[in-house]
Amino acid sequence: MGDNNRTNYGIVNAKPIADRDAPISTTGFIGWLRENLFSSVGNSILTIIGLLFIAYTVPSILNWTLFDAVWSGGADACRENPHAACWTFAGSWWEFFLYGFYDRTQRWRIDLVLWVLYVGVAFVVVDDDVRKTRPTSTILGFFIAIVSMVFMSLMIQHGAPVMWTMAATLITVGLVIWAWGLPNGRSRLGLLLLFAYPVLVFFMLGGGVLGLSKIATSDWGGFSLTLVIAITGIVASLPIGILLALGRRSDMPVLRLVSTLFIEFWRGVPLITVLFMANFMLPLFAPEGANIDQLLRALIGVALFSSAYMAEVVRGGLQAISKGQYEGAMSLGLSYWKMMGLIVMPQALKIVIPGIVNTFIGLFKDTTLVLIIGLLDFLSSVQTASTNPDWSIRSVPYSGYIFVAFIFWLHCYGMARYSQHLEDKLNTGHKR
Amino acid sequence: MAEVQSNVPPKKGGFSLSDTKTRGLIYQALTIAMVVYGIWWIIDNAANNMAAQNIKFGFGFLTTQSGFGIIQSLIDYNESSSYGRVFFVGLLNTLIVALIGCILTTIIGFIVGVGRLSKNWLINKISTIYVETLRNIPLLLQIFFWYNAVLKPLPGPRDVHDKGDQLWFSLSNNGLMIPKPIPEGGFWIVFTIFVLGIIGAIVIKKWAFNRQMATGQQFKTIWTTLGLIIVLPLLAFVVMGSPLHFQPGEMGTFRPNAGFGLNVIPEFIALLLALVAYTSAFVAEIVRAGIQSVSHGQTEASYALGLRPGPTLKLIIIPQAMRVIVPPLTSQYLNLTKNSSLAVAIAYPDLVAVFTGTVLNQTGKAVEIIMMTMLVYLSISLVTSTFMNWYNDRVKLVER
Repeated sequence: MGDNNRTNYGIVNAKPIADRDAPISTTGFIGWLRENLFSSVGNSILTIIGLLFIAYTVPSILNWTLFDAVWSGGADACRENPHAACWTFAGSWWEFFLYGFYDRTQRWRIDLVLWVLYVGVAFVVVDDDVRKTRPTSTILGFFIAIVSMVFMSLMIQHGAPVMWTMAATLITVGLVIWAWGLPNGRSRLGLLLLFAYPVLVFFMLGGGVLGLSKIATSDWGGFSLTLVIAITGIVASLPIGILLALGRRSDMPVLRLVSTLFIEFWRGVPLITVLFMANFMLPLFAPEGANIDQLLRALIGVALFSSAYMAEVVRGGLQAISKGQYEGAMSLGLSYWKMMGLIVMPQALKIVIPGIVNTFIGLFKDTTLVLIIGLLDFLSSVQTASTNPDWSIRSVPYSGYIFVAFIFWLHCYGMARYSQHLEDKLNTGHKR
Repeated sequence: MAEVQSNVPPKKGGFSLSDTKTRGLIYQALTIAMVVYGIWWIIDNAANNMAAQNIKFGFGFLTTQSGFGIIQSLIDYNESSSYGRVFFVGLLNTLIVALIGCILTTIIGFIVGVGRLSKNWLINKISTIYVETLRNIPLLLQIFFWYNAVLKPLPGPRDVHDKGDQLWFSLSNNGLMIPKPIPEGGFWIVFTIFVLGIIGAIVIKKWAFNRQMATGQQFKTIWTTLGLIIVLPLLAFVVMGSPLHFQPGEMGTFRPNAGFGLNVIPEFIALLLALVAYTSAFVAEIVRAGIQSVSHGQTEASYALGLRPGPTLKLIIIPQAMRVIVPPLTSQYLNLTKNSSLAVAIAYPDLVAVFTGTVLNQTGKAVEIIMMTMLVYLSISLVTSTFMNWYNDRVKLVER
């Protein structure tokens, strides 16, 4: 009281009065509830409907997939408990799902290429500047170590020759150390992964060199085949797509027309008809005596199809480059290819990396279509296994499909998040 | 000085390889030559191969009797129909699933897209989970899931119904049985009145708009529209003595009797569900991006002018958002139509399944059949994008 001054008009506070706490209804948990769930009558009704929906679905889903599920014990355990997921199905068949009919004694070759792929990708997607920070580098290191341990033990389990195991270790560790130190290590490793890796896959899986036995493509299958198709699609579509995009934006009417027709043709038809065409018509189009095996036909179809989509993505990037860049390059006296290669393309491709990743996601999902022309891809291998008479149990098809869905979801969602991250990083404009 | 002179461009009409125009012409001539040679090479190889395998090119097979049945056809079809008729049956089956799919996709996609922008935390999260789950799982897998894991294991019609049961709404592994609407004599009069009502409503709307533009007087069209489109046909319906009745399905000994009710085959349901679920996740993202693209200043300006939230949405936000939404929405419609070709995997009798699948296997006319199929999809793409471009131009005109 002593701090207050009594005047003729009343009491005047000498100090500002301390802020009163916000009403309980606007802070803390209750405030959050009121603001986010029950802000109006309509919203409250929606919330209640949503809660009922969750109460109705989530417990049974959780029970089915997790709590009541059969995690071990083979087909008999699932037969006893047909009203819950049968994950032991995936556990019993995982080798078939991953390698298909690939020669049992040679499966370490697939382990090796998968190892390089996952380590390489993990390394490439982590930004240079973030990598130097403590937690990220620890997580990355842990991830690489775990992946390496898994695939190394798989290689040993599949009877990989010691020499190959050591070579794989050296390559993987060497690449990571090499790329870790370089200022631009990430993009260099990325380029290496994009263009040298498919060659590695081709020779490792196909064999016929360095004392590796030849393995026919008809034996390839499972998830590794899905990866082969997806990687071939993306690697083939980039150069073809860039050329088509340049052609479509060219000053020469004939080139423009040819590129436009090519792009619009493949974009206008469904992939399945492209695969049918590759399967039935390519053998007719090839010179007599040439034998194109079935996987190669599918690969050609996928490559043509995805390069048309890639061309449109790249064209978007080219259109985003301001005219000044072209004029600047021309005023320096650069030739067309130097202008494109040194000035325009590096900028354009950088802008469209999210688009390229999105195309890759689409392509990755579309690889499942090859089962219609009779290739044994991931989805097809799971379906084949679920028709096995020993496993004709009510819960097996569900579990199989959900397993495939989960693996695909993991890869696609991961890529989508990466693409989103790139978009945010590249989007330096003003954001609300 | 010599260097400078060498940079002088050649005289007009002169021929020089360093002239970009000349080089351009040479490149183009080379391209034409390569393309022509490539096509000739392919045709030559194909002709040789086909001669070697004794296959003749020609469309004569289209009049041959097909000899196989199709489980769903919108036009009259039986085993003695021609391969040409198979083509149309398949085409119509593709179009019907694509059309219904596009409509449902739009509705669900818009609801989920708005849900993703909702301030309601729960609705927002449910919508996000819907989108992120469904668009990251291959469509073919979703089709298989609905067909093999959900619809096939349903109990058979015999397990649920006794012989002679009337089926008003019954879901079994035989598909969905719903009543079939059967129009009677006077129904066409009601239908004509309904169409006339729609035309009348449009005319009144135009008149009201023109009058408001000219005089500023408003005319609430909502009541006249409702009256013309709903009340008037309803009245006519009652006056004509309800000239439409619904005929339910009827259970036979093993399966519902043919000719009673409307049987939606499980292949159709599975394909439709998967297509709608998958595509609507993409549409939801498009809708979200479209609405977000309208700057918040537009809403604030509209409120400042005294418009209430309803008219703000209708007159300010949606017209601007539609400009962003329509082009990618079109390509989603096209994707849905093209993706309906995955029907072949579960044997829904669409164009690819019956024509490119069965007919190709029976006749071996690979080149002709695949060419025809591709041409159909190309034309659908072309027609849809032309229509949508036209619509897009109209929407664009709103911008001043």
